Amino acid sequence: MLKDFNHIQTAHCENGITTSLLKYHGIDYINEPLAFGIGSGLFYIHIPFMKFNNGPAISFRTMPGSIFKRTCKSLGIEVKRKKFKDHKTAMDYLDSKIAEGIPVGCQVGVFHLSYFPVEYRFHFNAHNLIVYGKNHENYLISDPIMEKVTTISFRDLEKARFARGPLAPKGHLYYPENIGKPDIELLKKGIKSGIKRNIRDMLNIPGHIAGVKGIKYTSKQVRKLREKLGQRKAGLYLGQIVRMQEEIGTGGGGFRFIYAAFLEQAADYLKEDKLTGISEDFTKSGDLWRSGAVEMAGIYKGRLGEQKDFDKIADILLEIHETEKQAFKKLSKLKLGK
Amino acid sequence: MKKENIPQDKSALDNFTRDVIYAKNEEGKYTTGLSIGWKIKKDALDNEWEEVNRRIEEAKKAVKEGKKSPIYYFMELRLMDISILSGYTGFWKLSVKRHLKPDVFEKLSDKKLKTYSNAFDISVDELKNFKG
Repeated sequence: MLKDFNHIQTAHCENGITTSLLKYHGIDYINEPLAFGIGSGLFYIHIPFMKFNNGPAISFRTMPGSIFKRTCKSLGIEVKRKKFKDHKTAMDYLDSKIAEGIPVGCQVGVFHLSYFPVEYRFHFNAHNLIVYGKNHENYLISDPIMEKVTTISFRDLEKARFARGPLAPKGHLYYPENIGKPDIELLKKGIKSGIKRNIRDMLNIPGHIAGVKGIKYTSKQVRKLREKLGQRKAGLYLGQIVRMQEEIGTGGGGFRFIYAAFLEQAADYLKEDKLTGISEDFTKSGDLWRSGAVEMAGIYKGRLGEQKDFDKIADILLEIHETEKQAFKKLSKLKLGK
Repeated sequence: MKKENIPQDKSALDNFTRDVIYAKNEEGKYTTGLSIGWKIKKDALDNEWEEVNRRIEEAKKAVKEGKKSPIYYFMELRLMDISILSGYTGFWKLSVKRHLKPDVFEKLSDKKLKTYSNAFDISVDELKNFKG
C-alpha cells in the first residue's frame, strides 16, 4: 500500500482522479471545480444516428480523458499514459507502478465493476478509478464517486480494464509525472486558459450538434418525439437524457453547478467580480436542467404525454440554450489577460 | 440549488454510496452535500430496467418460437447490443447479425460458439441448449 493515500470523493469520476492524484503529489490547492474548469470540462453534444444503450447519444461534458490531460498540462505537469494489447502486460505494468509507490488512474468498464450495485452495471466504458495498492488477493481501489475506498479482485479489474464495445479502455492507465511545486501564478494562468478553451468549445465549435447549439438541436428533437416514437419510446428517450445528465455521481444538473462553483473560485483568484455574476448564470442553467428533468420524468412515469408536455420540455431546453449562450458570451467579453 | 434542497430520496445507491452534490450554502457560496438519491433519477433508472427486462422476455419468446438464436437472448440478458457483442467476440457486426438467425446458429463451429459463450460468461452447453 502507498503511504498516506487520501481518498477524495467527488461528483464526477475524472475530476476526482485529477484532484486526488494531483493532491497526492503535493498540488494542495487543487479541488474538483478547479480541475473541471481548468480542464474545460463543460460541454454538450448530441450525436445524431448514434445510439447508446438504445437511446440518444448525449454528453454533458467533454471527451473522456481530456479533463485530466488539460488540467495537468496547464499546471505544467507531465502526463504518462499507456494502452495495452496484452492483458498480462497491462496488469504487470500496473503492479510495477504500485510497487514504485505511484497511484495510477485506470479507465474501466462499469459492467465488470463487482463493487457497483447491479442496477448501475451497464456497458459504460468511460469510468475511471485509482488503484493505490494491492494485498494478497485484491487491488485497493479509490473510486472517486464513492464515499469510501473499496477493493476489487484481480480477475474483475482485468475484465474491467479490457471491457469491449464503444470507448473500450484497452487497459488504459495514466498518472502524472515530474510534478513541480504548487505555483499560484500557474494556477491563475490555467484558470484563464481553461475558461477561454471552454468558450471556444461551447460557442465556436462548427456544426449544429455540439456546444450550446447542441442543446437547441435536442430541443428540436424533443418537440418531434411524441409523433416520431410514441409515448413509451419517447419516455425511454427522455429517461436516457436524464440518466446522462445525472450520470451516477453527477446528481442534479451536476456539471453546470460544478462549473458555477469553478467560476466562483476563479473570481477570487483573478480578483474579477464579474465572474461571480456569470457563475450565477450557470447556477440558473443547472436549475433549469433540473426542472427539465422533472418534466421529462412526468413523461416516462406516464403522468404526462400530450404534445404540450413535450413542447414544455423543448421550451426549457431552448431557455437553457439561451442562458448558456449568453453566459459564455459574457465570459468571452471579459478581459482576463494571459 | 440550495444545500437544504439537495434531494434525499431512497434509491439504488442505498448501501453503496451517496452522491456528492454542489449546492449553495446560506451565504450564497458553493459547497458540497451528500445525497442518498433523487426520485427523478431513480424513476429513469427503474424505467430503463423495466425496458431491459421487457427486451429479455421478448428475446426469450423469440428463441422459443424459433425466430431467433440463443445468442440473441444472451445478448439481451447481458445488456449488450450488436456493436458491444461485436467488440467482445471480435466478429464483424454483420456476422453477429447473421448469427442471430437460428439456421445459421445451428451450423456455427465449436470455436465460434466458445467465443460467444466466453463473451456471455456461460458454458457452451448453456448456449447451445437454451430453448427459450
